[in-house]
Amino acid sequence: MSIGIKVKKGLDLRLAGGVPDGTATSECRCATVAIVPDDFTGLIPKMEIREGDPVKTGQAIFHSKLDDSLKVVSPVSGTLKSIVRGQRRKIERVIVEVGEGEPLRFNIDGVLSDAEAARNLLLASGLWAMMRQRPYDIVPAAGTRFRDIFVTGFDSAPLAWSKTTFSPEEVKALETGIRLLSLLTDGKVYVSRRPGMGLPDLKGAEMVDVEGPHPASNAGTVIAAIRPVNKGEIVGCLDLPTLSRIGSLAISGILDGTTIVAVTGSEVKKPSLVKAPIGAEISALLKGNLVDDGRNKRIISGNPLTGHKVTEDGYLRAPYRQVTVIPEGDDADEFMGWASLSPKKQSTSPTFPGHFLSRKLFNPDARLLGGRRAMIMSGEYDKVFPMDILPEYLIKAILARDIDRMEQLGIYEVAPEDFALAEYVDTSKLELQKIVREGLDYLRKELS
Amino acid sequence: MKALKKLMDKARPSFEEGGKLHAFRSVYDGIDTFLFTPNETSRSGVHIHDSMDSKRTMIIVIIALIPCLLFGMYNAGYQHWLAAGADTFPFWELMLYGFLAVLPRLVVAYVVGLGIEFIVAQWRKEEIQEGFLVTGILIPMICPIETPLWMIAVATAFSVIFVKEVFGGTGYNIFNVALVTRAFLFFAYPAQMSGDKVFVASGKMLGLGEGIDGLTCATPLGQVATSGASNAAEVASAMTDIAGDPVSLWHMFLGLIPGSFGETSTLCILVGALILLLTGIASWRIVLSVFAGGAVMSLIAHWCATPTYPASFLSVGEQLCLGGFAFAAVFMAPDPVTSCRTNTGKYIYGFLVGVIAILIRTYNNGYPEGAMLAVLLMNALAPLIDYCVVEANIRRRLSRSKVAE
Repeated sequence: MSIGIKVKKGLDLRLAGGVPDGTATSECRCATVAIVPDDFTGLIPKMEIREGDPVKTGQAIFHSKLDDSLKVVSPVSGTLKSIVRGQRRKIERVIVEVGEGEPLRFNIDGVLSDAEAARNLLLASGLWAMMRQRPYDIVPAAGTRFRDIFVTGFDSAPLAWSKTTFSPEEVKALETGIRLLSLLTDGKVYVSRRPGMGLPDLKGAEMVDVEGPHPASNAGTVIAAIRPVNKGEIVGCLDLPTLSRIGSLAISGILDGTTIVAVTGSEVKKPSLVKAPIGAEISALLKGNLVDDGRNKRIISGNPLTGHKVTEDGYLRAPYRQVTVIPEGDDADEFMGWASLSPKKQSTSPTFPGHFLSRKLFNPDARLLGGRRAMIMSGEYDKVFPMDILPEYLIKAILARDIDRMEQLGIYEVAPEDFALAEYVDTSKLELQKIVREGLDYLRKELS
Repeated sequence: MKALKKLMDKARPSFEEGGKLHAFRSVYDGIDTFLFTPNETSRSGVHIHDSMDSKRTMIIVIIALIPCLLFGMYNAGYQHWLAAGADTFPFWELMLYGFLAVLPRLVVAYVVGLGIEFIVAQWRKEEIQEGFLVTGILIPMICPIETPLWMIAVATAFSVIFVKEVFGGTGYNIFNVALVTRAFLFFAYPAQMSGDKVFVASGKMLGLGEGIDGLTCATPLGQVATSGASNAAEVASAMTDIAGDPVSLWHMFLGLIPGSFGETSTLCILVGALILLLTGIASWRIVLSVFAGGAVMSLIAHWCATPTYPASFLSVGEQLCLGGFAFAAVFMAPDPVTSCRTNTGKYIYGFLVGVIAILIRTYNNGYPEGAMLAVLLMNALAPLIDYCVVEANIRRRLSRSKVAE
């Protein structure tokens, strides 16, 4: 049984530096890994262990201030090296030195039949914290019972890599994960995939075949097409690697703290897939693989649309799937760039020759390529926004902090990532994802 | 370019806070961002951006206006030569005459408008915005060629300040700035803005042309309105050019008729429309529906033609080619800031602009320039149309959640 969805509005950006299809060929050895509390939106961290304490894979590092049972765990065994704090002692990241040690064994009795056991396993193993909920795009509260659960089985973002071959063991892990998740929802567990991408029908899940351009893989797009989120409903979202981790944990009792990272971008010598621990060091992931052209580089943990800017001594951030390196561009002095007819410039506008080069791969830099303006052009966002939502009006309602209007216009259905393409095409260069994030946070604060 | 960049970088400190020339920071910023793409990189959200920006958007509109501007120059010369009774029309002399006629008006519009924009940008500590680049070229194009310079200056200042800046600048205005300039002139100085004295240049320019006294020639629509014609044939014969010959539909399409400087040639307007639509800058929904609305209303008027309103005898083709209709449809109505922003709203907005333009021009002999008033009226109504479209979206969402309950 599967549902078919055709996404019509959207945009596939053709960027240079994509990974060839295949499997991870190399393994990244890191001296340290780090967990960034900010990655767990909506969760206020409270430390469980102190600097210098030994940790095991799967052992809690911190938990939610609101709920002791909701934990974030160490992906590796070793020693807690340091807790980096910022202003007002906010925890910016927790660094764990990789060492030797047995992983923590979780009690898996009854996790595939008892909802409470399943929930407790996810909470204790840190995998609950890797899920997100709509509305608000935050880590769900520990007691949440989901209307439905949506698993994004692929990634259509620029330069992103999606797993296409699945061994029987991997399929079994995914199916076990679905069995466990289905205990946490009254509805269904949906798994999205590209038709023909290699992901077989999974027992217990409703498969969703999504065709069309990015944002085809976004949970928001799939939810909007199947059953949009109404006020008062909570839907759970997670990606395929997390589902796989849930499954293998339920089978073996051991947390899989590794991930496959696609190292991509035009400033990477050889784009490749690397097996690495969650929260791996960027320097280890990129070791010897940066193009040496003397230009300033922007390192992004994630894809170029929704990723985080990190430094070379930084760490891999959630969702732990991709690192992209592009030119920063602040060292380019472009003469009258607004008048340029260079085919190297990427744009959705037919005024650029590059628009017509349907096979060319571009290597854009991180410049805004224009000044910030008020919202001038109309209908730009709609072209890349596949939900039944009026994005311009929602953005205006958010800017005005008008709660009623935000609710009416569908803020519960969106996450910042849904506005990423709109932010890309915007000629006024507005920071839409930031605006949406602030709007969601404001709403949550006002309504709690 | 390196030398220029060095020069700009060297000059920067004196324009910054505390520098000697700090009072001109907005001017420096304007020139700097015009010459060099800003090196500002993204700090949040997406790391890459589309190469399109508002500068390029505005420049494309200006490029689309150039055919109309050039034709306006030629037509200004042509009408003058015709009035002088010439039977040869030397192309370059005509062009030069027209150029000299429009240049001071362009300069005045830009100096006054951009001057205000620079001052406001400096005062608000903002970057100078590009909106006026288009407005400034539009203003002389939609005014009669004989409009006194001081009037253009006053009207431009009025609309830039009270229509745009008091609302917050480009992107926040409710009414189209260029059209308000025209409307201001039309209502403040009706004698100089309509009638039969202003649409053909009468003076000498640098020894070109001749000084003609007592020159009178109304626009075809003006002639029809005052003709008292009682059937289609009389209407057709009422429309004459300055030499007294009848004006054919072909002439109207080409634009060799008296009228506001840049808006007589439907052909050149269509070239501009093609540029704007192919580049996706003007909304095809609006342009198309303005013409559709105009055609429908012209047909209705034509079917119910009555001698009380001579303009109702005009054919659909004549209605769409005459006056500022086509110009308004292509360059005024689709202004993204003042038109509807929802896709459904755009169809309704455009259609009503077309209908109301023909309605005003046909059934009110005092206002042959109906297109301007129609766009301004619809500018005021656009938020209401959008409101209804947005409410429909909200109701859809509400009914969905009721079903879910």
